[in-house]
Amino acid sequence: MKINSWQLIVPALAAGLQTVLAGDITGTITLNGTPPEPAIIDMANFAACSAQHAEPVKTMFYVVGPNKGLKDVVVVVKDITGKSAGASAEPLVLDQKGCEYIPYVSAVQTGQKIVIKNSDPTLHNVHIMPAAEGNSSRAKNLAQSQGDSFDWSFPAPEEFLKIKCDVHAWMFSYVTVVDSPYFAVTGKDGSFKIANVPPGKHTIEIMHRKAGKITKDVEVADGSVTVDAALEVPAK
Amino acid sequence: MPLAPSEGERVAGGRVMGIPGQFINAAYFAQLKNGSFQMVEARSNRWLNWFAVFTAVATLALIALGGLVTSKEAGMAVPDWPTTYGYNMFLFPISKWVGGIFYEHTHRLLASFVGILVVALTRWVGGRSACKPLVIIGAIETLVGFVIPHVSPQLTGAGYFLSGIGVVVLLAGIFWVQNEPASHSVRNFAWLAFVLVQVQGLMGGLRVVLIWDKAGIFHAALAQLFLVVLCIIALFTSRWWLDFAKSSGATDRGCLRLWLPLVTLLIFCQLILGATMRHEHAGLAIPDFPLAYHKIWPDMDTASVEGYNQRRLETQEANPITAFQIRLQLAHRFAALLIFAGVAWCARATRRQMGAGHPLARFTLAWFALIGLQVLLGASTIWSNKASDVATAHVVVGALSLSAGALLTILAYRVLIPVAANLPASAPVGVLPARRIGQNAK
Repeated sequence: MKINSWQLIVPALAAGLQTVLAGDITGTITLNGTPPEPAIIDMANFAACSAQHAEPVKTMFYVVGPNKGLKDVVVVVKDITGKSAGASAEPLVLDQKGCEYIPYVSAVQTGQKIVIKNSDPTLHNVHIMPAAEGNSSRAKNLAQSQGDSFDWSFPAPEEFLKIKCDVHAWMFSYVTVVDSPYFAVTGKDGSFKIANVPPGKHTIEIMHRKAGKITKDVEVADGSVTVDAALEVPAK
Repeated sequence: MPLAPSEGERVAGGRVMGIPGQFINAAYFAQLKNGSFQMVEARSNRWLNWFAVFTAVATLALIALGGLVTSKEAGMAVPDWPTTYGYNMFLFPISKWVGGIFYEHTHRLLASFVGILVVALTRWVGGRSACKPLVIIGAIETLVGFVIPHVSPQLTGAGYFLSGIGVVVLLAGIFWVQNEPASHSVRNFAWLAFVLVQVQGLMGGLRVVLIWDKAGIFHAALAQLFLVVLCIIALFTSRWWLDFAKSSGATDRGCLRLWLPLVTLLIFCQLILGATMRHEHAGLAIPDFPLAYHKIWPDMDTASVEGYNQRRLETQEANPITAFQIRLQLAHRFAALLIFAGVAWCARATRRQMGAGHPLARFTLAWFALIGLQVLLGASTIWSNKASDVATAHVVVGALSLSAGALLTILAYRVLIPVAANLPASAPVGVLPARRIGQNAK
């Protein structure tokens, strides 16, 4: 098949133009209210796990930084869909280390490879529990010895898709699957950055497993736009 | 299915596994047939009875271990079946029995043991007549088990399982020394147990390899019925059962022949409700008791349910709570009230009708105590935030309550005569003399 040179040039120019005109969404998500104290995870009967921790391991429902910055919040540009470039994206590495999933909360694009590996000197089972209809065929339960790894991906968007280990009942991780590259997960200080967002008005969704979900409208122009938001500890 | 041996039938004797069959007692008992009593000779084999009791106790332990597996959320801790992390399950190194693997793997081992016990029990009560069916079934299972992996690779595990149990069945049919069969009804119950134990094994395995959570509900409910069947076999092979038949009879003025099975059925429905709650893997849908989210009737709109999920902090992973699960737990609480009242009524009616010293009255009182304990354990399950040992005890006492109800129903049908069973209007209320039952004695 003969390819007209314009057929290559036009998309490349368009992509380049989009990058030039695109902006970044940055910001910090904070937590209002006093979160409950984390619980200590009892690893006393699991020498292979406890030996890897100098300090007691605690639950990670609310990881709050010094300025109330909230970790593990997923921020997604909600109105851009069907733009996944997951097939060519860098794989996400989900490691089992110290009998914990690292990272605890993450996000990937649809079709993006997730490398799930076991760095622990003990057996784990990787129990993948998608709930979205489009991901139902991707449910899996696999055994893993130390050093083993396998790749997995999901075709449909899903919030907080659960991956757990049934050998160690406290081990679980949440992966949010988005069908565009416009998302981020907040770090220890609650900050995030979503790069190269197409210009225009957008709605971003800010979601945390326990503090809930809010949306914000944002207008992206050339450069960077800041969106700060606060989530609340649920009332009792 | 008749509840007693038919005329001329005997409970197993002869030589079994080198143990002399001991006819420790021969007794005549009555069986109600078409409104009249017929005398039936029956004998009890002590060794067979002990074996049946042992099988029932092992099954109760298996239910406890299964309950622990679910309480610990360890049902999927061993991802393969019938192998364990690639090993032959009987050769899986003990050093690897850690965390959830320990519970799931020991559950599988005990299940295999119970499976062998039930095959042996079927062979024992079936006597010589069981040889041919066992050989045929064993051969078919072995062959089908080898074919399945070629037809559906996804069901390879099920094929190996079927072949494995087929070989055990085949061996039981071929090699066991011959002995006399037990009564027809005991044989029927043994064959029922034989089928149930295999269905149970398959369901347990398929739940793992097909990642089929809902199969757990069926697996749990069937386990309860399986225990009931084994308890019935243990009862029918006991000397006590024969002695009980000789004791007394009474007219059923309290409608116990209706209420006992009804309450037992309600308990079974309650166990299914409980199994459904547990196999939703959502932890406690309502975390407080006796109120529900601090109310008599909790809010179940979307926003409220979302709030419940946000507020709870589960150290072991649990599915999100749904309004359906809240309704399920409310129904479970309501059914518990009904059962408590129903068993209390049965205990009172039996005591009034039979007298406090009658075995039926004593057992009904023990049943009531069991239900009281069960209510306490149910509440404790919530107060302890579903501590695995408490939740498992709740499962075990639930299984005992169902079996007790089933056995009491059988006992009531043995000694209580329907009011309409051709008794003269002037017949005394209460206990009838034993000679009345034995009027047709040879």
